[in-house]
Amino acid sequence: MRTLLILGGGTAGTMVANKLHKRLPRDEWTITVVDRDDDHPYQPGFLFVPFGTYESDEIVRSRHHFIADGVTLVYGEIDRVSPDDRVVHLEDGRELDYDYLVIATGTSPRPDQTPGMLGSEWHKSVFDFYTLEGATGLEKALDHFDHGRLVVHICEMPIKCPVAPLEFTFLAEAWLREQGLRDRVELTYVTPLDGTFTKPVASAHLGGMLEERKVEVVTDFMVESVDPDRKVLVSYDEREVPFDLLVTVPVNMGAEFVARSGLGDELNYVPVDKHTLLSTAYDTIFAIGDASNIPASKAGSVAHFAVEVFVDNFLEHVAGLPMTGAFDGHANCFVESGDDKALLIDFNYDTEPLPGKYPIPHVGPMSLLKETHANHLGKLAFRHIYWNVLLPGHPIPLPALMSMAGKEVPDAPNTDSREA
Amino acid sequence: MTTTTIDGHTVHVNEEGFLTDPSEWDEDLAKSLAAQIGIDLTDEHWKAIRFLREDYAAQGETATLRRISTVGGIPTKQLFVLFPQKPAKKLAYVAGLPKPHGCV
Repeated sequence: MRTLLILGGGTAGTMVANKLHKRLPRDEWTITVVDRDDDHPYQPGFLFVPFGTYESDEIVRSRHHFIADGVTLVYGEIDRVSPDDRVVHLEDGRELDYDYLVIATGTSPRPDQTPGMLGSEWHKSVFDFYTLEGATGLEKALDHFDHGRLVVHICEMPIKCPVAPLEFTFLAEAWLREQGLRDRVELTYVTPLDGTFTKPVASAHLGGMLEERKVEVVTDFMVESVDPDRKVLVSYDEREVPFDLLVTVPVNMGAEFVARSGLGDELNYVPVDKHTLLSTAYDTIFAIGDASNIPASKAGSVAHFAVEVFVDNFLEHVAGLPMTGAFDGHANCFVESGDDKALLIDFNYDTEPLPGKYPIPHVGPMSLLKETHANHLGKLAFRHIYWNVLLPGHPIPLPALMSMAGKEVPDAPNTDSREA
Repeated sequence: MTTTTIDGHTVHVNEEGFLTDPSEWDEDLAKSLAAQIGIDLTDEHWKAIRFLREDYAAQGETATLRRISTVGGIPTKQLFVLFPQKPAKKLAYVAGLPKPHGCV
């Protein structure tokens, strides 16, 4: 028997387990998934919690429910991987051997990385919204917020779901209008980038949407610390942004066991080949989803498209054959823009988000890089698709690799990413 | 991509003026590139530039500010003093490397 060990039972790990359970001969392989708990959050749902759209039980389900019978689920904290011995050590002393390892432990907000963030104002006037605790705390804080400076802030790229802070800003602006508070609130968007997004065409479009909504944008702002006493963000070049309510996206980092195992880069992401997701150091280790260092968005859609390519590659790799699939960094993200509308962006390593129609060229029904109600309905419907189709590993009729069909190419294509 | 001449060096650059071929760079050119953006290179600047060049040669991509601080040992605060306002971009420009792809 050979053993596939998957670290992390989130979006990527669950899909890998379920898809390979269908494809690997059961008399030759055992599949084991390790996670610390049995709570599987639908992470895109966190964005809506502060505005009362979802209750917590709608976005957190039992992890084991989504993992196929026949796959072993082990609960425990991972201490480290010994890649030369092909063993994973858990903190309680258990040891799990493997023939092949898939690291799918994602990325996590790390408010501890910015001095002062976890100080006296944490979860009082300083909130994240990528955790259930932060999102529910923020809902209560917004209930009592009726005037002042609301600041939405990104510490450092890359972050999980890079459009989420923009979406939060759009939703907050619409929510303030609905509450009749918009004139009493100064809304500011603070980013370390030199524009609103990482890609030029989308950045200009989204930047225009912030301008229309009278949101002040502060760019090139690398936060050094949060001063909880004066309620200001302080940058390395000594600029300050005052806030009454701060909604921050902390530094995102991969799991600490990755660093302890000597498998990570400076943010604990596992260096892999960006087309095959095979570790650059060990040919028995893959990293999928947010846990890897591929230059793609850290997003569930990227994990989904990557898993589609990975599964066939994995079967070739374990048979001693060269891997023939090449992941292209395909990402596909709904961007909520308030007032029951949303944009959709579709892009990959080489092509930035462009206007057009999706998934059927020239027809849609979704519109790319344009605010429509249909896109918003798509975003809401996706929660059901996530639980019922995506996680169980059922086929979704969307091609894994990005297509140029239906996209409008600008006169002077510019595929450069912006700098950190 | 176009060709430009800076202080007698003929190099290939993109629309923002970044070198597109790192092998066309030398330390003499770095002084000219720095002068273009109003920076007079000191030993501290050179430490950062040399780290960026060596790291690029090994990794194939331009280091982010975090990597320069955690791996290169130069604090982010100091990078903002050496290359004001946009240290990642200015440092890559002077070092003849592409802008870092830290963010996607």
